[in-house]
Amino acid sequence: MSTPANFPGEPDSSPEIAREFGLAAEEWKRVLSTLERAPSYAELGVISVMWSEHCSYKSSRVHLARLPTTGPQVVQGPGENAGAVDIGDGFCAVFKMESHNHPSYIEPYQGAATGVGGILRDVFTMGARPVASLNSLRFGRPDHPRTPQLLKGVVAGIGGYGNCIGVPTVGGEVQFDASYDGNILVNAFTVGIAKTDDLFFGVAEGIGNPILYVGAKTGRDGIHGATMASAEFGEETDSKLPTVQVGDPFMEKLLLEACLEIFATDCLSGVQDMGAAGLTSSSVEMADRAGNGIELDLDAIPRRTKALSPYEMLLSESQERMLMVAKAGREQEVFDICAKWDLDASIVGRVTDTGRFVCKATPGYDPFDGTGEPDPVVVVDLPVDLLTNAAPKYDRPQRGRSDEARLFTMTGDGPEDLGAELVRLIGSPNIGSRSWIWRQYDHIVGNGTVIRPGDGDAAVIRAFCEDAGGSREKFLAISVDCNGRHVELDPYAGAAMAVAECTRNIVCVGAKPLGLTDCLNFGNPEVPEQMWRFSQAIDGLAAACSALGAPVVSGNVSLYNETDGKAILPTPTVAVVGQLEDPEHRIGLGFLSEGDVIAHLGRPSRGVLGGSEWLAQRSGSVTGAPVGIDLDAEAELQHAMLALAKKKLLRSAHDISDGGFAVALAESCIAYGHGAQVSLPSSEDAPAHALLFSEEPTRILVSLSPSHAGQVGDICARHGVPFEKIGTVTGQTVAIDGACEVPVEELAEAHASALDAIVS
Amino acid sequence: MRVAVLQFPGSNADWDALHAVRDVLGADAWYAFHKGTSLGDADAVVIPGGFSYGDYLRAGAIAGFSPIDHSVREFAGRGGPVLGICNGFQILTEMGLLPGALTRNAHLRFECRDIHLRVENEGPFTDMGRGKVLRLPIAHADGRYHTTEDGLADLERHGQIAFRYCTRGGGEPEGSDANPNGSVGDIAGLYNREKNVLGMMPHPERASETILGNDDGFALFTSLRRHLGFE
Repeated sequence: MSTPANFPGEPDSSPEIAREFGLAAEEWKRVLSTLERAPSYAELGVISVMWSEHCSYKSSRVHLARLPTTGPQVVQGPGENAGAVDIGDGFCAVFKMESHNHPSYIEPYQGAATGVGGILRDVFTMGARPVASLNSLRFGRPDHPRTPQLLKGVVAGIGGYGNCIGVPTVGGEVQFDASYDGNILVNAFTVGIAKTDDLFFGVAEGIGNPILYVGAKTGRDGIHGATMASAEFGEETDSKLPTVQVGDPFMEKLLLEACLEIFATDCLSGVQDMGAAGLTSSSVEMADRAGNGIELDLDAIPRRTKALSPYEMLLSESQERMLMVAKAGREQEVFDICAKWDLDASIVGRVTDTGRFVCKATPGYDPFDGTGEPDPVVVVDLPVDLLTNAAPKYDRPQRGRSDEARLFTMTGDGPEDLGAELVRLIGSPNIGSRSWIWRQYDHIVGNGTVIRPGDGDAAVIRAFCEDAGGSREKFLAISVDCNGRHVELDPYAGAAMAVAECTRNIVCVGAKPLGLTDCLNFGNPEVPEQMWRFSQAIDGLAAACSALGAPVVSGNVSLYNETDGKAILPTPTVAVVGQLEDPEHRIGLGFLSEGDVIAHLGRPSRGVLGGSEWLAQRSGSVTGAPVGIDLDAEAELQHAMLALAKKKLLRSAHDISDGGFAVALAESCIAYGHGAQVSLPSSEDAPAHALLFSEEPTRILVSLSPSHAGQVGDICARHGVPFEKIGTVTGQTVAIDGACEVPVEELAEAHASALDAIVS
Repeated sequence: MRVAVLQFPGSNADWDALHAVRDVLGADAWYAFHKGTSLGDADAVVIPGGFSYGDYLRAGAIAGFSPIDHSVREFAGRGGPVLGICNGFQILTEMGLLPGALTRNAHLRFECRDIHLRVENEGPFTDMGRGKVLRLPIAHADGRYHTTEDGLADLERHGQIAFRYCTRGGGEPEGSDANPNGSVGDIAGLYNREKNVLGMMPHPERASETILGNDDGFALFTSLRRHLGFE
């Protein structure tokens, strides 16, 4: 076999270029020994992106294997473009979450927009019509000079893409913390609906089948984006601008409609979107899953610029492109549907039985301007396996840390004016209303948004499931959660708390959790302390997913979230999809009726303030003893909550999380302008401020008609869950005995203007 | 009752309209693709919301030159009822079937939330009576209606203003965010001179079912049904 050729102007590969492309010295040696020759320049590009952390999961794979991924409801677990869970009658919910952190920091609008575009493609590539999106955002401290620009840009980018393509953005979360000053997080989630029997997979099956390229033309944008996503930021970050892609949501809308129409004809054997590492990873992964090879004719790649080299075509991350494997002889059906939607489609290769990834191209030939004649030579010839299973895999060293230095001891008495503390807290950027954000998202397109942003602990959407038998309506609940502060203080319990909060939000709107997707945002895995956090968090996620009935069906890992050696808070974001048996089971978070009983469900507080927003504001750091979580008690609470919802015994339900008990109570009051008169729930002996603002998990605040109190108490007792009536919906103030009394209107004003200082 | 819902590349509230008209109202309804020229035997036409052609030139601008437009003009010219919602309103102004133009919201952001609007004049879609206040959602970035002073006087003289933004109680916005986009004259919806073509920025089709928390918008569709003599 001859050595594939470099293109005119390309240097020979070398250890220096390998290092520049992100390969470690030992990885370069491994390339040489496996190939028994030096790679061509294009080959080195291909190997380096496929071996990047982003594509290969080389530091995380050994740990991810510990996550629970099975369950009777799981239709598709991790490894495909997205995961899927059964929602009955032959339909499934297809979902995934992905990070677009590094691009969004460099160019917030396009970085966030293309993050949304990418996750939408992952879902509709599976044959699902997207029905809703969420996002999880992290920014630096509110008064950091770049925070306003980043927040505005990211929100506009998410809205700009989602609003145009017409998939509602129905919820999300955002947190501000100094650890994200130089490394924001943008995690995007989409769920879609498909017929289970008609799911599509990323497999290059059928030797000789043609490979079709559909969608936008290839340019130079995003070259080596996956490698950028696998490196820390340093001072040279500004120079990475060309690695950010530009999104075209209109093109993606056409691609979405065309794809779903093409899938319905059954003329494809496989399909994959061109996401990170573009043409390279889509072809290699499809070949790998089928155990086949792929041969590409790069001369046939549709392009929008002159003189593209094989290296550039293979690594471009131009957006809105799909790779399809058609059944031989049925290409014309694809072309016809693409013509209807005004999309380009070309045959660019075929499936082979060689197990190799082979690319050909003609030096000096440029179809863009018609220069030269095609006479292709081999420019890439690599074993598929080298790029996938045989990619490096590391069990990197870990080092735990001593906790003593981290513990913050409050000295002196607590604050005197607890009412003022509550107003300040509920008006702060991490706690207050997010309406400035979600008003910029079309959260109702599709006529399916049943619980809108801010109205419940999770979004509830109606999905229209159509098949030959007619149309059925299914009701899904979706939520996304993580609090990196609790993960920082105790990676195992903090990660478990993220899952628990997310599934708790799902049951609080009356739905049963079905499955989970994660986006694991951490620092540099080569730093043993960071690797330890990651490993601990995986174990915490695994324990909570098992205990709370939410297997992991898809996900994404984002490492190297550091700038100049400073890591973000460990942020294992999770999103859960649940289903309501009956839409009449749905519950909002706001108190509805004067005279209703207010009750506390779940664990009595111990007044532990570790990781809380209140303590963070007070101390200026993430500190305190970790609050911990009892997963058995959490599971009992969530079972009880779901039983109460199904019996329609509650008027409102709101989980106690960020900001603690007092904030949850105030939010339930603000929703419809009702007041509350309550006493503090029973607790261990602790100061009032600790009981008001502790963020201990496993607690839900509910309201109910007085006539239902007996039944609610019985159901809680049956589940072994503490139930305590603490007061009444009444008046115009939030009045907590012995602690504070604040007018609802004052709280509402503070809540509504929480982001003003940043955005206006 | 038979309704054609137009489908341009980039239409994204086409389903919303089809669902409201077909599944909630119970009409026969279908999509009419922009490359076709036939509206079938439609009794009414809905031009749905979205980002036709990506709204890249100007919202609604290119859709005003699609093959289907000829049929829409002819249908409207014969007095057939046409409802343009959001991007559909923008398309109707670009086609010249409605006067004025829709420009970027005064605050320059896309905005999605419930607003209130008051029925100003009766017509095929608005038989609920002048002064009636409806709560409907908006979801747009380019909803600021603009016309000249003379144009505005003309609209008033001919009773073409279908809806104005108002407060919850039906009062004037008086510069408050009850007018969500800065539209001149607080105009939220507008008839043509003959009153068979209505364009509006708020979304009645997304507020036609109690499960969505609001069915105020359904009144427009039942009004149309009565107008066409189907009840």
